[in-house]
Amino acid sequence: MLDLTPKEVKERVALRINPCKTCQPVGAMYCALGVEKCMPHSHGSQGCCSYHRTVLSRHFKEVAIATSSSFTEGASVFGGRSNINTSVKNIFDIYDPDIIAVHTTCLSETIGDDLTSYIMDMDIPEGKTVVHTNTPSYAGSHINGFFNMMIGFMSYLTKKTGTSNGKAAIFPGWVNPGDIRELKKIANMMEVPFVMFPDQSGVLDAPMTGKYETYPKGGTTIEEIKSLGDCEHLFSLGEITCIEPSEHLAKKHKVPYTLLPMPVGISLTDEFIMALQKFSKKEVPYELELERGQLVDLMLDSSQYTYQKKVAIFGDPDIVIGMTSLCLEMGMIPKYVITGTPKEDFTKKVKALLEQYSVEDCTVKANADLFELHQWIKNEPVDLLLGSSYGKQIAKAEDIPFIRVGFPVLDRYAGTLMPVVGYSGAIRYVEKITNALMDRQDRDSSDEDFELVM
Amino acid sequence: MDDRAKILDKYSSRVFKNRKEHVIQVENEDEQKIAANTRTIPGIMTARGCSYAGCKGVVVGPLKDVCVITHGPIGCSYYSWGTRRNKAKVEEGAKNFVPYAFSTDMQEPDIVFGGEKKLEKAIEEAMELFSPACIMICSTCPIGLIGDDVQAVAKRTEEKYGITAIGFSCEGYKGVSQSAGHHIANNGLMSKIIGIGDKKPTKKYSVNLLGEYNIGGDGWEQERILKRIGYEVVTIFTGDGSYETMKNAHFADLNLVMCHRSINYVAEMMKTKYGTDWIKVNFIGVGATCKSLRDMAKYFGDEELIKRTEEVIEDELASIYDDMEYYKTKLKGKTAGIFVGGSRAHHYQLLLSDLGVETIIAGYEFAHRDDYEGRKVIPNIKEDADNKNIETITVSKDPVFYRERYSAEKIEELKKEMEIDDYVGMIPDMKEGHVVVDDYNHFETEELIKVMKPDIFFSGIKDKYFIQKAGVPSRQMHSYDYSGPYAGFNGAVNFGRDVTMSLYTNAWEKVTPPWKTEPMLTGTLTGGGK
Repeated sequence: MLDLTPKEVKERVALRINPCKTCQPVGAMYCALGVEKCMPHSHGSQGCCSYHRTVLSRHFKEVAIATSSSFTEGASVFGGRSNINTSVKNIFDIYDPDIIAVHTTCLSETIGDDLTSYIMDMDIPEGKTVVHTNTPSYAGSHINGFFNMMIGFMSYLTKKTGTSNGKAAIFPGWVNPGDIRELKKIANMMEVPFVMFPDQSGVLDAPMTGKYETYPKGGTTIEEIKSLGDCEHLFSLGEITCIEPSEHLAKKHKVPYTLLPMPVGISLTDEFIMALQKFSKKEVPYELELERGQLVDLMLDSSQYTYQKKVAIFGDPDIVIGMTSLCLEMGMIPKYVITGTPKEDFTKKVKALLEQYSVEDCTVKANADLFELHQWIKNEPVDLLLGSSYGKQIAKAEDIPFIRVGFPVLDRYAGTLMPVVGYSGAIRYVEKITNALMDRQDRDSSDEDFELVM
Repeated sequence: MDDRAKILDKYSSRVFKNRKEHVIQVENEDEQKIAANTRTIPGIMTARGCSYAGCKGVVVGPLKDVCVITHGPIGCSYYSWGTRRNKAKVEEGAKNFVPYAFSTDMQEPDIVFGGEKKLEKAIEEAMELFSPACIMICSTCPIGLIGDDVQAVAKRTEEKYGITAIGFSCEGYKGVSQSAGHHIANNGLMSKIIGIGDKKPTKKYSVNLLGEYNIGGDGWEQERILKRIGYEVVTIFTGDGSYETMKNAHFADLNLVMCHRSINYVAEMMKTKYGTDWIKVNFIGVGATCKSLRDMAKYFGDEELIKRTEEVIEDELASIYDDMEYYKTKLKGKTAGIFVGGSRAHHYQLLLSDLGVETIIAGYEFAHRDDYEGRKVIPNIKEDADNKNIETITVSKDPVFYRERYSAEKIEELKKEMEIDDYVGMIPDMKEGHVVVDDYNHFETEELIKVMKPDIFFSGIKDKYFIQKAGVPSRQMHSYDYSGPYAGFNGAVNFGRDVTMSLYTNAWEKVTPPWKTEPMLTGTLTGGGK
């Protein structure tokens, strides 16, 4: 496996090998699927839409609906106005969504299609809505696409009536439906009335009923998005993913925001809960203290199997920051921490965490790829690899225990139904990590050292 | 109203006018017309992909010893990385690029100022790291628009490093589907690779296997059978295929075409340039596999070979008999729908029929009329602007390597018994009342299932989960749901097992909670006298 990867690391400036990021539009599509009765629409060649639907379906094991402007060479030369007009008409006719969320592609961006004016001139049926965002694939990563689509929805829809709705807005960032359910559970326990935006729960974890619904029950409603301007406070989870949409809402409607890391592990979940408490001014309920206590207890009990174990963590910036924090709490040493997304803030945040725990000699890099991560591991190995399914090649090549987390996980089931965030998400991951390391110890131990009780 | 009308009825007049030509209900298998290879209507949730997917994803991606660099922003390379199950095994010490993704990861300044320099630098880095014998460059949408000349870069690469380099202008907007990319890839392989090798086959009868991508190891099962009979397989286009073996393709005695759509151009051009005949084979299905093997033996007309073919068939049939009979008892009388591939919707009907399953709905994403109606319609296909944008290359007789096995008269004589250099298409194998859909979409699939109620539906990942949500078992026929091989004799058994498993999965019975079928309250009726 990956036999051509040499140990010797040479700097590359042009050739990206085994990327740790993908392009903006898939992020926009995922975001739009978190809005009720919304059809994501890809303005470009139909291949983009097909690829994005495919990767989302493979990750969630659910249908991911989206339409395409199906550009041909003619549209690429003369512009895509007629393609988007025809698309919008057909989508409302055939699929009857309440809202269409258009995102661009590198094709429509390169030819300079002006979606703002196209949409302004369009005949949109009464009661229906079309919004858009620009997602050039040649800038940023899928993370940018995700938050650009959030901003797209907000710039078209949010209003400030002047009367507060008394609610908190929560931006969950790029997480799975299982995480969103966990975040809602925590907010409810903290008695914080909220608007979650976006919200893929219900949509990408829809139940089997024997009846297919194009728009399953779920997603942030258009009314809820409109009401974001009237929210009293915004809690944004994911410092890299959510900063720009948070600033947008603050600037447009003066909604104050608290930017927090994705609540993974003890400390980062504590931060989220304390922020909610400041808002609700209510006691933290016993149920949450119970979960937290169980988590700390579990970590103390199992720490001898994780203490000083070296881990390589890769993936999207916010989940990687979160997992780094959890691993540090478990006494592990994050040896390599990378994201493919080109955001230098990522490096700063990770380094700050490492400093807190006085961990040195760790390589942290944004805009990195899995080829270089593999090369580093060849030079100085790790005990555990944490990241998306694409890590399984490295794990096999170097025989490293591997835990899947983040996006995309293409080769395992049920992960998207369960949380990574919150105390219960952390309990789940402490179990996964500890078991992986203990399984490895069992596998590698000689008969005389083989322990029945551990 | 017939089934077809019920589906089309829900469209607006403009969409109806277009789609009615693409959705047909078979009335006369021999003369049934269908519209195909035309633009998808914008906004329709098509299953189609793009030209890049056809070129890189389908045809050139599987070549294991080739460093395929995607020139463009990161997405296209990412999505075509390790996602197609084109299995490849390499000899000890040989290079295997299949687990890798290479991209120029173009950024905004590259789009503005041009990306050729970055591409050349990327090639330099690839040469330093891997020194491949062959580099292929696949262009994504922005490349053609900003005017990067990938062919010129390929030429400079060849001059600088003394390797083979091919630039493919397979931008996503070219043509109307993946099909454009197949054609573009075929042109490149034909003009730059086929015919440059000098390693001749050693066995008496040698073949190339065209349009076999080794999904789930299908190609290996076919190779196993062919080798058992005594054939030498020179190269496979392109599953587990390689630059090294493809160079020698011109020495093969016969081309076997599996996926007609994606590779027929190579078959045609090799016929013109090297005189190599081709036959349309189908190794999906027990009966189909036997027929293909017999056709091959008939083509060579060697008594010894015919005898050996019959021996192998007899032995293989005996070894799968019990399993096939068992699965038939589980599947007989079921009906199926199938939307996949460039020949597969046709191939799998024959395998399903071996198992007693009738295919009542079939369709393709990116086929042309000849895939549905047979090559006889090719002279009548009108070219439109989208097709004209795809280059057609002309080849001529190779002065050294052209050889005809048989005279024109002998070929005509053989044609009475088998198809040579021809394909009759899918529709002739279907029955009256069956529905055929070209460029199928989400809406039509949903409606067809409601109206025609197949017991199982074979399609791709984009459809699988919604079909299952509607209560119909669905299997992915692009990836075989990570099972396989389904080709050949052993593959037929695997397929029978998997279809049975999908239909008889215990959890299907649990879909409806018991409280939905039981009365909500129990109690006794009291009171009341007469």
